[in-house]
Amino acid sequence: MDASSFLHQLVQQLINGISLGSIYALVALGYTMVYGIIKLINFAHGDIYMLGAYAGFFATTILKLSFLPALVFAMVVAAVAGIIIERLAYRPLRNAPRIAVLITAIGVSLLLEYGMMLFVTPQPRTFPAVFSATVYNFGGLIVNSQQVLILVTAVFLMVTLTYIVQKTMVGKAMRAVSYDMDAARLMGIDVDKVISYTFALGSALAAAAGVLVGVYYNSIDPLMGIMPGLKAFVAAVLGGIGILPGAMLGGVLLGVVEAMVSGFFSSTFRDAAAFAILIIILLFRPSGLLGKNIREKV
Amino acid sequence: MLSIQNIDVYYGAIHALKGISLDVTEGEIVTLIGANGAGKSTTLRTISGLLKPKSGKIVYEGKEIAGLPAQQIVGMGLSQVPEGRRIFANMTVMENLELGAYLRKDKENLAGDLKNVFAKFPRLEERKAQVAGTLSGGEQQMLAMGRALMSRPRLLLLDEPSMGLAPLLVKEIFSIIKEINEGGTTILLVEQNANMALSIADRAYVLETGRVILSGPAKELAASEEVRKAYLGG
Repeated sequence: MDASSFLHQLVQQLINGISLGSIYALVALGYTMVYGIIKLINFAHGDIYMLGAYAGFFATTILKLSFLPALVFAMVVAAVAGIIIERLAYRPLRNAPRIAVLITAIGVSLLLEYGMMLFVTPQPRTFPAVFSATVYNFGGLIVNSQQVLILVTAVFLMVTLTYIVQKTMVGKAMRAVSYDMDAARLMGIDVDKVISYTFALGSALAAAAGVLVGVYYNSIDPLMGIMPGLKAFVAAVLGGIGILPGAMLGGVLLGVVEAMVSGFFSSTFRDAAAFAILIIILLFRPSGLLGKNIREKV
Repeated sequence: MLSIQNIDVYYGAIHALKGISLDVTEGEIVTLIGANGAGKSTTLRTISGLLKPKSGKIVYEGKEIAGLPAQQIVGMGLSQVPEGRRIFANMTVMENLELGAYLRKDKENLAGDLKNVFAKFPRLEERKAQVAGTLSGGEQQMLAMGRALMSRPRLLLLDEPSMGLAPLLVKEIFSIIKEINEGGTTILLVEQNANMALSIADRAYVLETGRVILSGPAKELAASEEVRKAYLGG
């Protein structure tokens, strides 16, 4: 491979990687928000992403909605699902040992995966083409309109989330609860409500990712959430779990690494690369790229 | 204003409060003194709704509040400055103060209240954009107090406001507590620094291993042989 074709390949994979990575980032944000507030790795989060993809699918096929309303519809459905799951499965375990909640999360994940199979059959569905795929060619660099759509939607959602968390009163309450739950209660913050809100926001972002993936890969199935869910978890740990910019950074980095591995070696190695990153991070920087040394609260 | 009747509180199997009763009348400064582990903070945490008593009553302004969720109690005008200040160290001074006013419906009065807090604690105004974790210990105590005042409490619970502060700062904090009280806020103060606490309080209760062993006007307790030996260093 000569220098110019190497450079060309590098930039092309960077484009692919950023678009894939922004999907991971959206899902990783939900992981990291929930972890930040109740210290739970919500293993059912990847399945919320799947649920969102199906909600988007039915919104476009049955309700005949166009892309944007379908996206909003899927986000609302997932937000409600997130609130219900938290209320029924996790809230009763608020004072239980962490391992009990973690096992419950795995149970919820399996319930969603195989419950969905019951309702929509295990057959993959073809996501309707809600966007005419235009391929732009910039001097040999291929960018298609779906990649642009993914990036624009993801960036918009991340900016909105950052605004909510930084500037609104609910966002400030979320940060307060995540920092010190009892002190937040003494401010008059209803901690349960804030936790519900966190699940709703995280789930809505995952649903958006699910719809975007449906649009991009055209195919959805009830187990589609497993791998991206795990990858998004890796992304959240990579950036520093509990830290929102960390999830964004981790997601994009992971996407880029995967694209590079697929482009320069073989796409069969890309999953291995993702989990190799997890192992390396856990060995050398367990608190993640943006993480500080964690101060254990007593 | 506040009447605690015979409450028992457990931490798991540990019987932390054993039938404590105490009263706070409107306008007073009442202090709870006693050694480490006597149950002073536990009493405040129970009043605020962070702990639930196993038995007994807590009546605030005529309403039973034992077992109510903490956020509801704050909404009734009963705020606490917790032990160790518990400010939100990763947020700015201003954001901490805004969170203190979280339940306030009368948003139009907030600017005035903020002004009052800054008048009491001018250093907070200078540092309002600063991240709270970078403040000194004394400033953090001021922030914790200012934050509680933003909820416009009628009864303010203060848990060890002098902890870890230099003597000069302790004096300053106590004169501000006195000032807050003179502004019409009733105060229930928990302190290890019994000397300071008795000097500003109207009445005091002495706690020992989860029980009230002495109570009375602060001046009398400060003069009593028993209290001086045990808590005032002779």
